Amino acid sequence: MNWLSLIGIVIVILGFALKWNSILVILLAASVTGLVSGISPVALLETIGTTFVANRNMAIFIIVMLVTGTLERNGLREAAAGLIGKFKGATSGVVIGIYGVMRAIFAAFNVGFGGVAGFVRPVIMPMAEGAIKARGHEPNEDHMEELKGMASGMENITWFFGQVLFVGGSGALLVQGTLEGLGIHVELIDLALVEIPVCVIATILAILYYYIKDRQMLKKYYKDELGKDGLQ
Amino acid sequence: MSFFTNPEVAFSAKVMEIIYIFMGAMCIYTAFKNFKDKENPSQIGTFIFWFLLGIILALGQWLPPLVSGILVVLMCLPAIFKKVSKGQVAVPTMEETQANFEKIGMKIFIPTLCIGLFAILCAITGLGVGLSALNGVAIGVVLAMMILMLQNKNNTFKVFMNDSERMLSVVGPLSMLPMLLACLGAVFTQAGVGDVIAQVVGTIIPEGNVTIGIIVYAIGMMLFTMIMGNAFAAITVMTVGIGYPFVLAYGANPTVIGMLALTCGYCGTLCTPMAANFNTVPVALLNMKKQFGVIKNQVLIAGIMIVVQIIMMIAMQ
Repeated sequence: MNWLSLIGIVIVILGFALKWNSILVILLAASVTGLVSGISPVALLETIGTTFVANRNMAIFIIVMLVTGTLERNGLREAAAGLIGKFKGATSGVVIGIYGVMRAIFAAFNVGFGGVAGFVRPVIMPMAEGAIKARGHEPNEDHMEELKGMASGMENITWFFGQVLFVGGSGALLVQGTLEGLGIHVELIDLALVEIPVCVIATILAILYYYIKDRQMLKKYYKDELGKDGLQ
Repeated sequence: MSFFTNPEVAFSAKVMEIIYIFMGAMCIYTAFKNFKDKENPSQIGTFIFWFLLGIILALGQWLPPLVSGILVVLMCLPAIFKKVSKGQVAVPTMEETQANFEKIGMKIFIPTLCIGLFAILCAITGLGVGLSALNGVAIGVVLAMMILMLQNKNNTFKVFMNDSERMLSVVGPLSMLPMLLACLGAVFTQAGVGDVIAQVVGTIIPEGNVTIGIIVYAIGMMLFTMIMGNAFAAITVMTVGIGYPFVLAYGANPTVIGMLALTCGYCGTLCTPMAANFNTVPVALLNMKKQFGVIKNQVLIAGIMIVVQIIMMIAMQ
């Protein structure tokens, strides 16, 4: 048993954990593993060449880029903001929930709206804040802090579990490629099907969790005001 | 040329090869555009990266493995020395996107959803000629482009090319991570790393107990992703070391186990400050006071989802 061949794994774990240049870490791990395992440099380069070429399908995102930027140019973000803006009278928690549903569905089509910088900050947060003000309250600082965390959480959760439903997403392609290297063939569409229940459960859980959390905070932070203003 | 006339090569593979050639051309366009861009701080490094990537993508089918391997390493060099950057970026102005939105409106969702729809359609029906899911992605892209051209006559081919150059330059070399990790996985397999791990772990996990194997694989994915901040890196190592020898080698369903292992990794991504883009950058972008304000709102969901997925893996193995 060649214990030394594990050094490559140590390099990957350390390298990523210490935030070294990712590409350097990968090449270094491959070279060192090859060296200590008696793989000749030529054989190593051949393995890298063959595998890279065999996995060119993972670069399919390049062709998708042909439309990604132009969709943005033609008002996709504005349309998404218009879509979510249709839900008037929603509470802050409901705004985040609706965004979650929308983001999960579009993630399955490999479509994002600009992330936290491009969508959560300029569209979702003002809507959530507006929902509080619409009920006659001054937004509480701690409540707003939690809403920011929940909106970002919703953004991440629905994106992670939604994007794996896109047939041709890089995650599934990497799984397919890794299994192929072990002599197992799987189909992309089947990989996507497996993730449907996962995505549905994760999205529903996130919506419920944030809704309940928001309701508790609404009660906690605005109770006095409710009494004072005599609202509802 | 013999590749395209060879009746033994599947039609979908031939279509794929044409797509690769076009993707290669896009990269080479990106290479030259940056090479001529005086605002790019590293014109030459950026050129080398995109040009070599373009060559490998377009001609990989015909290059000897050794040549491809050398090109991959050469391509990585400017990326390692941080000499790949973006130049002048023509981000659409708010006025432009707003004006286009007023013109196109919600119909913009038609080309947007095109790509995903055609990927599914081709995966299921093959459109009657055996097209694959990824063929469908490309067909969807072409159709989306045609619809966008009809919706707004300013969308010329040059606009698509320049916008894609902009997007490619923004994602940069890190977009090659999955492919490079696949290469690393292959080297690990060739070096027998999986066997060594299997022997080590075999002293802890009883060999042949697939259920325990699944639990170790799933939780390992989550923990490794938390340490490395990257589920893609984790799945390469974990599948070769644990997933294959302790679970898949006993005939467990690779589609279910392999795919869910990745999303078990994503549960780790939700819990770690190592995944800065998702968990710490938003804290800064939203002026949050608590450094872990995003992660705290994700831990509960991640915890439930890892359990849900382990149950699914055990039930569907």
